[in-house]
Parts: sequence; C-alpha cells; structure tokens
Amino acid sequence: MELRTEKLTYEYDPGTSYAKKAIEDVDLVIRENEFIGLIGHTGSGKSTLIQHLNGLLKATSGRVLWNGKDIFGDGFDRKEFRGHVGLVFQYPEYQLFETDVLKDVCFGPKNLGLSEAEATARAKEALSLAGIDEKLYKASPFELSGGQKRRVAIAGVLAMKPDILILDEPTAGLDPKGRDEILDSISLIRSETKKTVILVSHSMDDVAQYVNRVIVINKGHIEFDGEPREIFSHIEELEEMGLSAPAISYILRDLKEAGFPIEGNALTVEEARDMILGIFRRGHV
Amino acid sequence: MFKDITLGQFYPADSVIHRLDPRVKLLGTVVYIASLFIGKTFFTFIPISVFLVMVIILSKVPVSFILRGIKPIIPLLIISAAFNLILTPGDSVIVRFWIITINWEGVFMAIFIILRLLYLVAGTSLLTLTTTPTRLTDGMEKGLRFLTPLKVPVHEIAMMMSIALRFIPILTEEADKIKKAQLARGADFESGNLMKRVRAMIPLLVPLFVSAFRRAGDLAMAMEARCYNGAEGRTKMKPLFYAGRDFIAYGVIFGYLAVVIVMRVFGL
Repeated sequence: MELRTEKLTYEYDPGTSYAKKAIEDVDLVIRENEFIGLIGHTGSGKSTLIQHLNGLLKATSGRVLWNGKDIFGDGFDRKEFRGHVGLVFQYPEYQLFETDVLKDVCFGPKNLGLSEAEATARAKEALSLAGIDEKLYKASPFELSGGQKRRVAIAGVLAMKPDILILDEPTAGLDPKGRDEILDSISLIRSETKKTVILVSHSMDDVAQYVNRVIVINKGHIEFDGEPREIFSHIEELEEMGLSAPAISYILRDLKEAGFPIEGNALTVEEARDMILGIFRRGHV
Repeated sequence: MFKDITLGQFYPADSVIHRLDPRVKLLGTVVYIASLFIGKTFFTFIPISVFLVMVIILSKVPVSFILRGIKPIIPLLIISAAFNLILTPGDSVIVRFWIITINWEGVFMAIFIILRLLYLVAGTSLLTLTTTPTRLTDGMEKGLRFLTPLKVPVHEIAMMMSIALRFIPILTEEADKIKKAQLARGADFESGNLMKRVRAMIPLLVPLFVSAFRRAGDLAMAMEARCYNGAEGRTKMKPLFYAGRDFIAYGVIFGYLAVVIVMRVFGL
C-alpha cells in the first residue's frame, strides 16, 4: 500500500484576480503503518492537501497515485478508493443524519456495497474501537454529548475499514478531557488496527506524544518532513511560521540557556522529567 | 454544485443609480412594473424603452449582466407565448388545423406578452444589480414605515429579510462541507434515477437543517445578549437621507408615469 503525490499544485479561482495557490509542488509518500502529524498554521493549505489525498479535490497540476495508479486516471473507481483513504473532516459531528447511532455508522459501509449484516458488524466493531458504549447504539445521534458525537462520526469513517485514516483537527472545540479521550481513542485505533493515521493539527502538544513522523506545511509548501524529535528542535523556524514546539521544549531550551547540561529534546513531560532528574542524579547541580 | 447560487446579485459600480436612495429605486421599480401593465398598445413601449435604456446607461451595469437574468425565464416566455398564440379569441384567422386556430389577435398577444415579461425582468433585475441587500432592506423598512400604525411589523420583516440574505453564503458553504464529508463516506449524489437521487439528498439535507436551526438559536441568543428588542427606539448607523438627486429622480419617475397614463387615456 502506498499513497504518493507528485508535484501536487492546487489553485483557487485560476485565471481570475482572486487566483491563489493553496498548495504548490507537494511531493509526499505515505506508507503502511505510519502515524503522521500534519502540522500547519491556519490557511497553510493543510485542509486543501488532505482533500486531494482521497480525491475530493482535483489538483490544478500534479498527480495523486494510489499503489502507482493515478486516482483521476481512466477507469479508476474513486468511490471504492474513498473506502481505502478515510477522511474525517473538522467538526465531523455535523455530518450525522440518521435516526440512531448504529444506522449512521452503517452509512459508509453500505455505500461500499456491503450487506446489512456485514455493515452492522463493521459498525459495531468501529463503535467499540471509538469507545462508544453499546447502550448508545439505539440513541439518536443528536442527543449525544459533543465528544460522543465526534467519536460516532469518527466511527462512521472507521467502519469503512480504510487503510489510511486522516483526521482533520479532531480535537477542535473540545475541552481538555474530551481532547484526551479523542486522542486516546485514536491511539487505540492505531495500535489495534495498525492502520496509517494522519493527524492534522496546529497544536504541537497534541501531536508530539503520539506520532512517529511530522510533516510541517507552510504557505502551501512542505517545510519539514521527518522524526518529531528532529523537527521540534527547529523552534525558531517553527515560530516564524506561526507555529510552536511542544510546551516542554521551551522549558528545556530555557534550562539549556541557563547553563544546565541538557542533551537533545524531549517530546513528553515524562521524558523531560527523566532528563531533569538525570542531571540531579549525576550530581551536576 | 452550490457555487452558482446567487441572490440579489449586486454589480458594484460608482453610478448615479447606485447612489440613489433605495426608497426611490423601490418606488421607481413599482412604477415601472405598473407602467408595463398600464400600456395596452405597442406605442407605450416607446416611453418604456426610453426610460429603461436611460436607467441602464446611467447605472453603468453591462448589458450582459441584465441579459443573464433573462436566461432562466426563457421556458416561461415560450409557454406563455404559446398559450396566448392559440387561446386568444379573434376573427382574422391565419391558419386552422385540427382543434387549433391561430389568428392575428393571438400573434399580437404573444409578441406583447413576451415584450412585457422581458421588460419586467430587465427592469426589476436593475434594482438588485444596483442596490446592496442591506440598502434594499433599509429602504424597505423606512419606505414602508407608514404601515406600522396598521400593526404591520415592518422592522421585524426587514430584519428577517436581511438575516436571510446574510445566511445564504454561510449555508452554501456549510452545504458544500457536508457534501464533501458524505462523499468521503462513499455517498453518491450523481448517479441513479430520480428517486435514488432524491433519497441521496437526505444525508445532506438533515445535517444542513440541523445546523441552520443551531445557527438561528445562536444568533437569537447573541442578539438578546446585546439587548436587541425590536424596532422601538432603535437608531441606524447609516440612516437614509434624501439628497437633491433623489428629488430629481422622483420627478422623472412621476413624469414617466404621467406620460404612460396619458397615452393610455388617449388610446395610444
């Protein structure tokens, strides 16, 4: 399985005075079993980019290749392809429409041509992965809490069993508890199914502790693509793009500047704690 | 799919017609529509044409924009012309076959009705082309204020109209987002027969309605939080005042109406 973009460029309103390139010459390769954080400032082109990855937008120039086949080539079945690359939009709870939770989650698998029984089985599996209690299966999706609605919506895409799951700002507008629950669900989905997950966000803290690859997009260009630890060491460049490194990186940087012997970078509070305690243990202070 | 929805398509330009008080333009439009129905002969189209052409030239709106408004009514034109052609009673028969008779009176009526409808659309579209929706509702509110003693909620109606207009682009965008979200879940809006396509709209319409109600509730709350309580004692940021050109325009409008009425009285 491989999703590749070649010189992907998308221009809004081409040929008019409003013309604006949302993304330009984007080359990416997405493979099996990756956990990717796609990070960019508002208006950096990240939402435009992900809509190309499942063929909702057609590039002005460049191509998207799924296992080597152009997704806008002749005879390519885009509906079937959208079952392979699942996209969960921002505020996905606004797409719920059915009379009960289970039926809503069945919508995707049924569109793939599965039978009622198969669709229901997949829906139940997806709902339990997303952390929705069985008692809620017959509830109206409009009666659920904000965080529950969002998890039902994620289950709606998950039930299509995509090879790649893309989530656009899955934590937007949630309180800290809801945010942690969603991120933990995503982490669970990822470890249970070994799917490639792309987490789109502008929050480094959300992304840092989960992903194993970070892609930074700025003004429609890919600026960085690599290991989180490597990328979060570019604090200055990230700040120039209106982004930031995880909060903990700043504490470590300040300690380093104050003359403490700190090596490398930490991604989570726990790592940083161990680093700092290590200094004490080694008796530098 | 939703990109083409426009309502009150405004053409921005700096012209005397754009600057006219919206009340003048509203009255002018009403008089213009009335004049189309006062006229009974082809001669009345002479003053009507002069009036229309004058306004179009003054408004600096390209003729292509006005013609664009005519395109969607072509089927209506054809149907009404056809009915008038065969259903007008008269003696000067041209052809007769089966149960259909075509006479000169019918031909006259068919041409007349086409002209009337064309002039109607061309003239009224000028109103929305030269007036922003906000100015239009402002003008309606102030121009219809004389109805307030009759318990007509003029301010509320005007407020509802401006909110409705304001929400068109928001809901258009929302519909587009929901459509994409459902496409990502494998929805299919384009294939199948009519019934299938109508059913395919449900995943789009239900969330759209839910979100429209949610937005309406939010807006009502936001308005109340800012102490909105209707028309009483409310002032405008940009109140409407008549300028010299507005009185001249009123003069032209009433002069035009007089000409059309006089022509009707003398049977021209």
